[in-house]
Amino acid sequence: MENLAQHHIGLAPHLCGECCTRIEGLEVTLNHHSILEDITLHLHCGELTTLVGPNGAGKSMLLKAILGEVRHGGAIHFLPVSGHGREDVPVIGYLPQQLDFDRDSPINVHDLFATAVSRWPVALWYSRRTRRAALESLRLVEAEHLIDRRIGQLSGGELQRVLLALSLTPVPNLLLLDEPVSGIDAAGRELFYRTVSDLRRRFDLSILMVSHDLAGVIAVSDRIVFLNRRIICLGRPAEVIANPDLRRTFGLDLASLETSRP
Amino acid sequence: MNLLHAVISRLPFEWAQFEFMRNALLAVIIVAPLFALIGTLVVNNRMAFFSDAIGHASLTGLGLGVLLGLADPFWALVFFSLLLGVGILALQRFTRSSMDTVISLSMCFSLALGVVLLSRGGSFNRFSSYLIGDLLSITAREIGQLFITSILVGGGLLLGYNRILSIGLNESLARSRGRGAWWPQMLFCAAIALVVTMNLGWVGILIINSLLVLPAAAARNIAHDARQYVLIAVGISLFCGIAGLITSFYANTATGATIVLVAMACFMATLGIKWRKARVG
Repeated sequence: MENLAQHHIGLAPHLCGECCTRIEGLEVTLNHHSILEDITLHLHCGELTTLVGPNGAGKSMLLKAILGEVRHGGAIHFLPVSGHGREDVPVIGYLPQQLDFDRDSPINVHDLFATAVSRWPVALWYSRRTRRAALESLRLVEAEHLIDRRIGQLSGGELQRVLLALSLTPVPNLLLLDEPVSGIDAAGRELFYRTVSDLRRRFDLSILMVSHDLAGVIAVSDRIVFLNRRIICLGRPAEVIANPDLRRTFGLDLASLETSRP
Repeated sequence: MNLLHAVISRLPFEWAQFEFMRNALLAVIIVAPLFALIGTLVVNNRMAFFSDAIGHASLTGLGLGVLLGLADPFWALVFFSLLLGVGILALQRFTRSSMDTVISLSMCFSLALGVVLLSRGGSFNRFSSYLIGDLLSITAREIGQLFITSILVGGGLLLGYNRILSIGLNESLARSRGRGAWWPQMLFCAAIALVVTMNLGWVGILIINSLLVLPAAAARNIAHDARQYVLIAVGISLFCGIAGLITSFYANTATGATIVLVAMACFMATLGIKWRKARVG
């Protein structure tokens, strides 16, 4: 929490453009099936990299490998970022695939933050500091008004913004988003992308986002990685959408993209 | 202790004149909040069936204790309940089968083993008091033990409360924040095993789980945040414990079961409040 306050003061207005995370020759094998092979990918500060690919391409698995949740071959180097007062060990923010929370749970947004960042048992008392920190994070995603709302009462888009705020507490070096907008209406998606896009500049964050919404991410992504067990192609959005394999996979999406956004 | 007895016996009620009732009342007051606290986690983490299995495993622990010829099988009970809890978690991780299947088969196994061990020589009836329990048999020394263990278990649980709750909300989210460690789940499992075993003598194996689950489930109907949830659960648990105890005295029924019936009534009442609110609001 203290860290959060520091980061807010020391916002990075410029983009350092350095390589923050280097993934070298990463591979994942589960039950003798190769899930990911030879993934070499560099993530830069202040850049939003989007992972696209068909179902079962290993997109979520790549995020889990970076998080250290699955065993993997190859190497992942996190470069220390100088001048930001951050430590060498990176803070990784993670927004998992659409969570199914128990709708009847008496847990509100404040509790969600308190259980995640504070050790004082929420059963006993609420600390004012935790509440302030939660509000501060929620402000980043325009969701302060939701703090006393029960989680079950949030809409899909609201819930994703709240979870995004949570993944920014404390402000991470690397932010991983796993299909953050699936099942959210167009307005909610728009707002979510706008927020993420602002955040990356404000905090000089490197963001890796998995998405099925190719049409939506083209405008906000700095780079797109087309993944299908290995990296098929990688580059600026305009370069990647020219790839024939990608066009085949996302045929429908692209057709609608070309008609709706000339 | 004597002071407490003196205070309670001043109450102008018939039941307050009996020492066994005063002991039982003290036991209820000590244990009810702890049950409620654990219950809030059990219900929120969807582990009601899990805690049920751990409770039933104590039958096997009893069997083992008898087999080993222990005078006081308490630690055998705790040990086996804990072993089953760890076993269920490990088996689920290892086989990746659904949790309810793993729990169900573990519970059947431990129950069968318990019954086999206890029925050797053909006299299971000796142990049937463990199935139903008898609160009125509780002694002053046992109350002291209950008090100390309750403080320890409750304190430990509060230390891990946030972690356990966040694991229950979403495990992969908790793990990504470094909060999905193995120990909170084990701590939780140990707390359930200890508390269930400690109170087995007076509630009985058959219904002990409902004392964990009912107050929390009732509180969930009307609570708006996590703190209210726990406070209401503790309140309901205390109320049901005391009301059930007194009712059982006058109605001459088994105490544990009477408490459960009162708790069920509380649950229905809070459900009514929830529905009414939903209709009005």
